[in-house]
Amino acid sequence: MTIAASAPAPVSFGRRLKRFMSDNPLIPLLLLLVILVVALHFLRPGIINARWVASTLQFAIPLALLAGCQTMTMLTGGIDMSVGTVASVSAFVLGSQAALVDPSLAILLALAPAVLVGLVNGIGVGIFRVHPLIMTLGTGLIAFGGLQVYQRTVIATGFEVPGWLEWLGTGLTFGLPNSLFAFIPIAALIIFTLRYTGFGRLLYAIGDNEKAARLSGVQYWKTILALYLSSSLLAGFAGFIYLGLIKTASLTLVDPQLLPAVAAAVIGGTSIFGGRGGYVGTIVGALILRVITTMLTLMQIPEGARLIIFGAIVLFVTAAYLRIIEDR
Amino acid sequence: MIAFVRRNSWVIGLFVLFAALLVFTKIIQPSYGASDFGSLVRAVLPYAFAVAAQAIVVIAGGIDLSVASMMAVTSVTAAVLMNGASEEFALVVIPLVLLLGFCLGAVNGILIVVTRVPDIVVTLAMLFVFQGLALLILASPGGGAALWLKAMMVGTIAIPGVPDWITVWIPNALVILIVAVALVWTPLKRSRLGLSIYAIGSNELAAFRSGVPVARTKILAYALAGLFAAMGGITLTMSTGIGAPIPGPYLLASVAAVVLGGVVLGGGRGGLIGPIVAVVVLRLLRADLTLLSVDPNATAIIEGTIMVVVVMLGAFLAMRAASK
Repeated sequence: MTIAASAPAPVSFGRRLKRFMSDNPLIPLLLLLVILVVALHFLRPGIINARWVASTLQFAIPLALLAGCQTMTMLTGGIDMSVGTVASVSAFVLGSQAALVDPSLAILLALAPAVLVGLVNGIGVGIFRVHPLIMTLGTGLIAFGGLQVYQRTVIATGFEVPGWLEWLGTGLTFGLPNSLFAFIPIAALIIFTLRYTGFGRLLYAIGDNEKAARLSGVQYWKTILALYLSSSLLAGFAGFIYLGLIKTASLTLVDPQLLPAVAAAVIGGTSIFGGRGGYVGTIVGALILRVITTMLTLMQIPEGARLIIFGAIVLFVTAAYLRIIEDR
Repeated sequence: MIAFVRRNSWVIGLFVLFAALLVFTKIIQPSYGASDFGSLVRAVLPYAFAVAAQAIVVIAGGIDLSVASMMAVTSVTAAVLMNGASEEFALVVIPLVLLLGFCLGAVNGILIVVTRVPDIVVTLAMLFVFQGLALLILASPGGGAALWLKAMMVGTIAIPGVPDWITVWIPNALVILIVAVALVWTPLKRSRLGLSIYAIGSNELAAFRSGVPVARTKILAYALAGLFAAMGGITLTMSTGIGAPIPGPYLLASVAAVVLGGVVLGGGRGGLIGPIVAVVVLRLLRADLTLLSVDPNATAIIEGTIMVVVVMLGAFLAMRAASK
């Protein structure tokens, strides 16, 4: 009789590390972020200072907000491709109305199209069961057309970025961007909703197994309607902040941010098939993307090579991350 | 006959819609003639190839967000290679660029199979990579195209024995489209590979258990999409005479037309004819709106609304059929 048989085989360090990482998927992401910042420091010593941190945050916040829309919709197995246009529409309407009416009315007017697009998305996806990708592409196209028509009617009235929005987008308080103080409560609300409220649980349930969720009494269309509505509203708000940051009148102001936002959510560990992920990872993902962008800009390589490296990094990080968090 | 109609009801519906739109166009613009039709087909050509590329991938159960970028890469490559070269050299360039497209697509497929990252994410990342590649090959619009290639795009085909009044309605561009698609698609659909593509799109696990080589089929499906994208890129260079490194609006159009053409997102159903007819219908509609002197800015609204309404209707009908 030996006693060796009853003793558990020693688990290798690599195995334990992998298990630890897969239990805490945020750790590898944060590690990557730190490594990137350190690399940036060696690349250009002295660049990491308070001003750099503030500007990185300023640009990461609208991206993280748009990525929030993607995170929430992806949790149910959907995607929202209309957020780029919705954010541009809200920003443009706000900028053009700010000169005419008082701020609160301008905000309401600017959010109205966002609500409308969100409602149509929700009805299409929730009630008619249209594929979210095609539905949101379609409504995005409609919203863009609407914006073009709108632009022709207001072109004479001018465009101005209200002072308070500029303050929100570019101003600093105690060395931190003002938009951060708007972002923290929103992010906290999203994280709280996803983790601790019934609505958040429903989103995970639908994404994990839609049929099981419906059989358990989830009112699918109501949940989806609320989801796409909040996604659109969040996009509208992201548009405001982006307008305050960039301060330009453009019909496609936020559109180029759409695909990076999807990438941020994916890098952050949200599964595009639904049921897995969270907003904290997405925020880290948005920060990682911003740091990579700064890095590539600093290296002064041609834009083509920059795009190639950006795409390769997105793919590599996602693949590596999937390997870490999933036991295959 | 009835079975044929029933099976292809969606595509036949699209053809009827197309015919109705042509009649409508003739009514609102009595001078609409063969030359207008020719320019419509020329404008449609790159869209049609983008749609064909997207359709194959969607049938195989995936999605390719990098279609427009692949077109940009192949278009600039063709334009750079042909710039200043002899007319005969274009004969070498065309197969070379087609091969390039095939390889670009295969890279997509291999990455999807190897990394096991979802299709949509891989092709999203490759969208950036290909866009960068196109910019590296050609920083600003330029390059050139062989004269005979440019000439091929315009004019109509002359078929001996067929009267002129028929041949004026068969522009060269239409012949290029039909020949190119038929050369790839007809043998493919009847082959084992074609069946495998439908099989993995319809149920990947079942296909795997039935002995379908899932990984190889998926890679080939993406490679074929790359091949069609290369055709689209070449036609872009042919019709403009230059290569432009910035991807055109082909991604959105291709996804929309694929769905309108009766290919189900999720895979396993549909063909190439429906999506291609759908994209022609969408382009003709746009031309009609211009003829009706609708505010060009409102065109996007109308196009988007049609897309959403048709897709909603299709989904609604599918739901009714399923609940019966």
